[in-house]
Amino acid sequence: MSGSPEKPVFFLPDTEGPVPTPEGYFGVFGGKFIPEALVAAVDEVAAEYEKAKADPAFAAELDALMADYTGRPSALTEVPRFAREAGGARVFLKREDLNHTGSHKINNVLGQALLTRRMGKTRVIAETGAGQHGVATATACALFGLECTIYMGEVDTRRQALNVARMRMLGAEVVAVKSGSRTLKDAINEAFRDWVANVDRTHYLFGTVAGPHPFPALVRDFHRVIGVEARRQLLERTGRLPDAAVACVGGGSNAMGLFHAFLPDAGVRLVGCEPAGHGVATGEHAATLTAGEPGILHGSRSYVLQDDEGQITEPYSISAGLDYPGVGPEHSYLKDTGRAEYRAVTDDAAMQALRLLSRTEGIIPAIESAHALAGALEIGRELGPEGLLVVNLSGRGDKDMDTAARYFGLYDPTDDVDEEHEGAVQ
Amino acid sequence: MSGNITLLEQAIAGARAEGRAALVAYLPAGFPTVDGGIEAVKAAFEGGADIVEVGLPHSDPVLDGPVIQTADDIALNRNHVRIADVLRTVREAFEATGKPVLVMTYWNPVDRYGVERFAAELAAAGGAGCILPDLPVEESEGWRKAAFAHGLATVFVVAPSSRDERLARITAAGSGFVYAASLMGVTGTRDSVGAQAADLVRRTRAVTDLPVCVGLGVSNAAQAAEVAAFADGVIVGSAFVKAILTHGDDLASGVAAVRELAAALAQGVRRPSA
Repeated sequence: MSGSPEKPVFFLPDTEGPVPTPEGYFGVFGGKFIPEALVAAVDEVAAEYEKAKADPAFAAELDALMADYTGRPSALTEVPRFAREAGGARVFLKREDLNHTGSHKINNVLGQALLTRRMGKTRVIAETGAGQHGVATATACALFGLECTIYMGEVDTRRQALNVARMRMLGAEVVAVKSGSRTLKDAINEAFRDWVANVDRTHYLFGTVAGPHPFPALVRDFHRVIGVEARRQLLERTGRLPDAAVACVGGGSNAMGLFHAFLPDAGVRLVGCEPAGHGVATGEHAATLTAGEPGILHGSRSYVLQDDEGQITEPYSISAGLDYPGVGPEHSYLKDTGRAEYRAVTDDAAMQALRLLSRTEGIIPAIESAHALAGALEIGRELGPEGLLVVNLSGRGDKDMDTAARYFGLYDPTDDVDEEHEGAVQ
Repeated sequence: MSGNITLLEQAIAGARAEGRAALVAYLPAGFPTVDGGIEAVKAAFEGGADIVEVGLPHSDPVLDGPVIQTADDIALNRNHVRIADVLRTVREAFEATGKPVLVMTYWNPVDRYGVERFAAELAAAGGAGCILPDLPVEESEGWRKAAFAHGLATVFVVAPSSRDERLARITAAGSGFVYAASLMGVTGTRDSVGAQAADLVRRTRAVTDLPVCVGLGVSNAAQAAEVAAFADGVIVGSAFVKAILTHGDDLASGVAAVRELAAALAQGVRRPSA
């Protein structure tokens, strides 16, 4: 080491992993199933990302943003009062909720915003479910002076109205998508339609580790800092690696961010928690890896919720951010190779975990992240007092207070509650 | 039974021999009903279409605008259309007219049904080939082998953004004809045909001997005549779907409107505007 002070490094792309292949395959999953009109644009993103990875100026600028704008490194918080309900195992939370904008999404957004500028594009579009990726994207567009349009399912604009207001405050146009199930899947469909028509000057700032190559690897790389930091922080604090790393999985970006640094650590179980909604057996769920079959959705091959003739089925979750019938191809690969395991967590279990963390630790998690907390309670009980868990607290719950208040009956019953809202929460 | 790729090639060559462009119509199966959709395809042929693309509706038609999205939604969610219904549409339209019928759909339904099974059953139904706009040439080898073995054409889409070297690669893998997208965008009627269309046809012809048909945004006889001046075929989709949607549940009027539109377009492709 030289004498100069070492600068923190947050942009940590995977340079050694066997996946994906140059064609974007993680085993049999991934690839690039896109219309010809998008091939040039998607190839441009891949080429620009390769150039950026080799450019120290890109890493330096992104690292500075992640330190001074996002507030990295994010804290690692032990939650002993919560852990009493987790069989006495030690539980640590990776606090991505403390990032600027309130979730892990900003990690990927800042990286892709820099790529957008490098490609000379002036307009950004994005999909959003819970609004966290939309808020992060609108934030970066304000910061970089980019035009911004966010596609959001109409159902989600209602249940995440606060985030709609945040995006508009930041100067973004928010389009309520009224097709299909009016949730995240349909927002992505509409964003693709916009991209095909406006690809010359527009970058599609994809928000999760799904989509056509290179997005699954690129988005993973920008989030990889989560697991690298958590692994180092845990070793410093406890002197050992965790027994399990736990995260919620919708598309799977926060989970892949946490998991990736632990892939070589064979003793660390990687546990993804999918939304079971009203229960997998009811059919009203979005547990893609638990109940899906391989297929193609939004540009890559992965597990998909579909019928016997390849029509995508409508998902359901109380969590807008997890309400998606697909999942990133690397998760499908990790499932089939057995390196990661996936379990399904119901709406009710997630909401109980949300309240438990709030009341035992003074931390209100996003409903998405609460699925991981519920999973951690189960795993902690399986492991017992010797267990050590790290959970990705991917986002904060401010945006979910309306949903939670209705779920738990926290509003004054004499208040006039809008019935349309009530319906959206059922 | 082998598929009808030769019939498709003959249809386009026949139009060329008459000094005109071929008229290609698109209609989704199962819309407005399964039997009504079959009547609509027959009406398009009766009106003067040389080729019909039968849409296999998909839950997530990311390349389609609101008109075809609406038709797919009706076919899937109201009529519960199945692949067997799509194949019956192909069979009955072919048997009634002896003309080439293609299937156009997204890749997941074919992948899920089974590539070999789908190709075999489409050929057995008398189909002439397939257009799979979200299956890029790089991912298409398995499909192309099955299609070739069953005598089916694989029609690839090229776009104004396609560079010349990609045009060469795509057209080398394709058969039947090349589908040139007139503009960057999803399906739907437009006021004018993209100015990029003629340039794309010229660049495509520079790398292949396959006929080049132009689609996206063409909806009336004047536009058909404009495109017929520089392309081997004119593809019209959303305008046919709209003709049926306009008549709601009045199937007879919808089918008649399809026949009339096909007749008008057939006049258009016969009088190319210079």
